[in-house]
Amino acid sequence: MTPKTTLLAALSMSSLALAAPGTTPTAQVKRGEYLVSFGGCHDCHTPKKIGAKGPELDTERLLSGHPEQMTVTPAPALQAPWLAATVGTMTAWSGPWGISYAANLTPDRETGLGAWTEQNFVDTMRTGRHMGRGRPILPPMPWEMVGKLTDQDLKAVFAYLRTLPTVKNRVPQPTPPASASAAPGPTAAK
Amino acid sequence: MARSHALLAAFLAALAPAAHAAAPLPQHLRDTGLYSRGGGGEIAADVLPFIPQYALWSDGAEKRRWIRLPPGGRIDARDPDRWVFPVGTRLWKEFSLGRRLETRMLERTHSGWRFATYVWTEDGADAILAPPEGARAGVEIPGGGRWTIPGTADCRACHEGQPNPVLGFNALQLSSDRDPGAPHHASKAAAQVHLEDLLARGLLRGLPPALAATPPRIATSRPDERAALGYLHANCGICHNRHGPLTGLGLDLLQSLSEGPASVERTRASALAVRALRPVGDAEVRVDPGKPEHSVLLRRMGARDPLDQMPPLGSEKPDREGLALVERWIHSLADRRTP
Repeated sequence: MTPKTTLLAALSMSSLALAAPGTTPTAQVKRGEYLVSFGGCHDCHTPKKIGAKGPELDTERLLSGHPEQMTVTPAPALQAPWLAATVGTMTAWSGPWGISYAANLTPDRETGLGAWTEQNFVDTMRTGRHMGRGRPILPPMPWEMVGKLTDQDLKAVFAYLRTLPTVKNRVPQPTPPASASAAPGPTAAK
Repeated sequence: MARSHALLAAFLAALAPAAHAAAPLPQHLRDTGLYSRGGGGEIAADVLPFIPQYALWSDGAEKRRWIRLPPGGRIDARDPDRWVFPVGTRLWKEFSLGRRLETRMLERTHSGWRFATYVWTEDGADAILAPPEGARAGVEIPGGGRWTIPGTADCRACHEGQPNPVLGFNALQLSSDRDPGAPHHASKAAAQVHLEDLLARGLLRGLPPALAATPPRIATSRPDERAALGYLHANCGICHNRHGPLTGLGLDLLQSLSEGPASVERTRASALAVRALRPVGDAEVRVDPGKPEHSVLLRRMGARDPLDQMPPLGSEKPDREGLALVERWIHSLADRRTP
């Protein structure tokens, strides 16, 4: 199958999925997988490994985010017009917002999206806030663009993420830029 | 005949959505019904002022609140935790820091609740409808600092975190048995409406007789715990509860009058010695009994780094009084530490 026919097949499938009110879970999941692939989610959320032709997706850790075992050294100081830097896995990014790490999107309850509901996911993509109400999502996550998807497509993406093999991988918390204030403890807050 | 009936029904059905569609929001606060028609800025006669006993922290802003029910409208109070308001209900909340900054409005329409905010001009002569996206740091505060006008999505983030979007007007918040330990405590001012007033005015129907006979309170005998749980109820429980979108987190800080002591116990069970999904520094459990410094809940309440701060919106300064109260409560829980 050529790339063109693959694309056509995928589009036909998506049309079917959109057209049928009683969309089967399988069709929804396939639609989600298609959107995730086309949408570039793997670019940051799947660690890379070096294969025969250079960097390739590490399919053992599909969409499991920045590997917790990976040591990230301080980011290089960039001079304008350079704005951002990334590590070899493309799972950690440094810029004016500090350092952000791609989230674990697998259904692991403690380290991934296992505790999330479909609505949490949709709300997050619509608002740019964790679970739709928490901390802001950091660059380079293009939530504004993903948030343009229809509810049906966002739900398909979430349905696909639910089918991923669970990977226990606690992604580091973002590092605020040097100017960010530290969280005061209770004594300091008095 | 049957055919003409069908056509008429279809015609009426087509008209129905238009009849029920809410009118566009007024561009000026003065046209929302909050003020009397005279133009002198007096509150309209059918608008009732109220003060919830547990206030949401808003960086020290002074707040005034009002409600107006539609003519003949009554609140269905059968479920004390989920009052149902008639279509046409409006609530307002005015924020001031040195001068009036904004007045937010919540309105029940046929299709649900809608949210708006009106930004006051510097001279206080007018308040104009803000754009749906709000304005980050959009208003200058006299004496320094900027005030953020929330967007509609921000309004929904808090008001739709549990089934009832009206957060400060309910049986617990309006109880005349007011909590003297509540931070930023406002006493039961005579001019403010409370539960008994609403009953006397005939504005409530179905309020459980027990609540009518005895003003409700949070079901704990420890004054500090009562105040701390009330504070957490108003500032955190609106999102962290077992009914709304964040149910999956398993943290329930919303007190339920219908459940009484079981509600308090559930809050303790969901927070005390429970490992947080995300640690903050060396704090790894939500509430570490007897150890406030190791409690993620308190650390995040005190944080204003956007990655850690709680609540995540609506505040840029920690609430010292609220922090001190919750810290005292956590200290007092030392006897609940597991061996």
